Amino acid sequence: MAEPSTALSRADVLAAPARGGGRGSEPTPQRSQGDSPHRSGRAHRRPTPPTWWGFAPFVAFLSAFFLLPCALVLLTAFQRADPTTGVTAFSLQNWVDSLTGIYRTGLLNSLQLALVTAVVSAVAGLLIAWQICGLRSTFVRQAVSSSSAVLANFGGLPLAFLFVAVLGTAGVLTTALHSWFGVNLDDLHFSLYSLKGVELVYLYFLIPLMVLVITPALEGIRPQWREAAASLGARPWQYWRLVVAPVLAPSLLGSLLLLFCSSLSAFATASALTNGTLAITPLQIDTAVSGNVLVGQDNLAAALALNMILIVVPLTLAYQALQRRTSRWLR
Amino acid sequence: MKDHHAIPLGGLVLVAAISLTACGSSAASTAGGGGTSAATASSASAAGGMDALVAAAKKEGKLNVIALPRNWANYGELMDGFQKKYGITITDDNPDGSSADEIAAMKSLKGQSRAPDVVDVGQAFAVSGTKEGLFAPYKVATFDQIPASLKSAGGEWVNDYGGYVSIGCDAAKVSPCPTSFAALDNPAYKGKVALNGDPLKANAAFQAVWAVALAKGGSLDNIAPGIDFFGALAKSGVYKPVQASAATIESGETPIVLDWDYLNAAKASGLNAKGGSWKVVVPADGHLPGYYVQAISKTAPHPAAARLWQEYLYSVEGQNGFLKGGARPANEQAMTAAGTIDATLAAALPKVTGDPVFPTDAQGAAAKAVLTQKWPATVGG
Repeated sequence: MAEPSTALSRADVLAAPARGGGRGSEPTPQRSQGDSPHRSGRAHRRPTPPTWWGFAPFVAFLSAFFLLPCALVLLTAFQRADPTTGVTAFSLQNWVDSLTGIYRTGLLNSLQLALVTAVVSAVAGLLIAWQICGLRSTFVRQAVSSSSAVLANFGGLPLAFLFVAVLGTAGVLTTALHSWFGVNLDDLHFSLYSLKGVELVYLYFLIPLMVLVITPALEGIRPQWREAAASLGARPWQYWRLVVAPVLAPSLLGSLLLLFCSSLSAFATASALTNGTLAITPLQIDTAVSGNVLVGQDNLAAALALNMILIVVPLTLAYQALQRRTSRWLR
Repeated sequence: MKDHHAIPLGGLVLVAAISLTACGSSAASTAGGGGTSAATASSASAAGGMDALVAAAKKEGKLNVIALPRNWANYGELMDGFQKKYGITITDDNPDGSSADEIAAMKSLKGQSRAPDVVDVGQAFAVSGTKEGLFAPYKVATFDQIPASLKSAGGEWVNDYGGYVSIGCDAAKVSPCPTSFAALDNPAYKGKVALNGDPLKANAAFQAVWAVALAKGGSLDNIAPGIDFFGALAKSGVYKPVQASAATIESGETPIVLDWDYLNAAKASGLNAKGGSWKVVVPADGHLPGYYVQAISKTAPHPAAARLWQEYLYSVEGQNGFLKGGARPANEQAMTAAGTIDATLAAALPKVTGDPVFPTDAQGAAAKAVLTQKWPATVGG
């Protein structure tokens, strides 16, 4: 990432658009805060080898593992085999099916799960990150950031089994609560193997993820701003409302979107915990494509996948746009 | 499970890659591995007799099977036996895969030397695969002895082994063990009853729900009482939606498991060595048999070895091999009549009275459609 641009001084970068602005496709040179001047400046100075060479493996990878599957999903979602003749033809039926009955329930459950876990972990993660940023001790800050990095990537089957071992019916904490305090988790209407249980487990990796992504934004809020605001006569609440909130809002919303998408697409943990009793879209796709029971549901699976793409793609684009706005302030 | 997630995606890419190249390759290239007449032979005699088939298979030297766990119906020993007897190397791809994975691999690897030669799938997958023209018809020597309900008339697929839905129970942790499906509805079993998977994905779990339906006033045309019963068990906390495995049984997380009798029986050895007391019964109130199916890929890279593998599995040796794994061989009746069945092993099977009644494919499809819509809403939530 950092290789060629480190050779350029900041003055080079800022001056570059003026010198190399001949390319019609480049954005207007006045927007020197964006990162596009980097590219135009580099292209101007080192014409060979062409810059897209380094980009080619990424494009190949992206095509093979993202664009091509997406195209196939789009194609198969609107095809349907006639059950008697086996002839496939264009059909909207898969998509209709994917939005009715249990599949509609699944989509709504998925959205609810993603929304609840994203909001709760965003709030909790923000508070934790805020506390950590205020600490003087660099040791604690580093410990929190590295453990967050580990926990944010802790998912799938191991995580599910960890929770079963702790909070399952024969779990350590379950039995301890029962024998020490006489508390029965069932009486508290909590079951690990339900939507609530899955939400709890998701928080385990989503909160650290929030801490990770929001910390740079919090660190970008400079103490000078507070002093500047104070010297201009701003009260603390005015500083929060007029300075911190507008600067943080885009990255907060961006983080929220990231959490939402992670939660929406998470799969293995929920699968291991609920074993089919929880209708959520990622599990329904798995059931339709891979299993020993349902036959010939590939097209329906593609339609379900298409629904998820239709939810995630606009959110990802929104995330990118927000990210660009924030990066202008927090650099 | 993460791998499972990746398979469909990878499969899609493969499908795309193959369909791009498919224009250039004609059907002739699919004969692949060298069998000439074997690729179309519909019986051993059509391939020039058993000796000629063995010779052709040995020449191919390899056999690709897929999704055969070694501890499933004694497949490990059967594969070893075949390799030793004929000197043919077996590659068992994706041993823990599902029927859907097997069919997907047949399609996506079509024409390649690593494509599966034979599959072992649930009957519904065999029926739909036959419609799609994926299988080569082949009748083993004992084809005529196998009951008509266990094979397709044309020989595209034949059931190889099967069993009944059973209740496995660790008597060291549960007392008394349930002996009927209706008896599961007992607060004493709270948090103890599990299936071997999600009924929408695992065939044994699906059939377990259906077997319970038979016990609770349902029929082969009506799976709903089974779903409702599990819904009630889930509400009272008896049913626990954990995928049961040898590990969860040993840890005490799932001491009562509904599964095929042969798969339940296979769980006993490890547990009993550690102080457990694993008992398997086929409850009298819901007899539901389920058999798996062998079929040969029409584009098998090793067509002679694929056919020889079938002859081996349906021979007395092969069928008794399944029996050794606690599964009921498809040719059980004829072998019992001829006295070639291993009587000791047969006597050790959980007792089942009366003749098995098999659901039709239409009944199966209808039951699955109801289950898909009702299961998560009734048992979850």
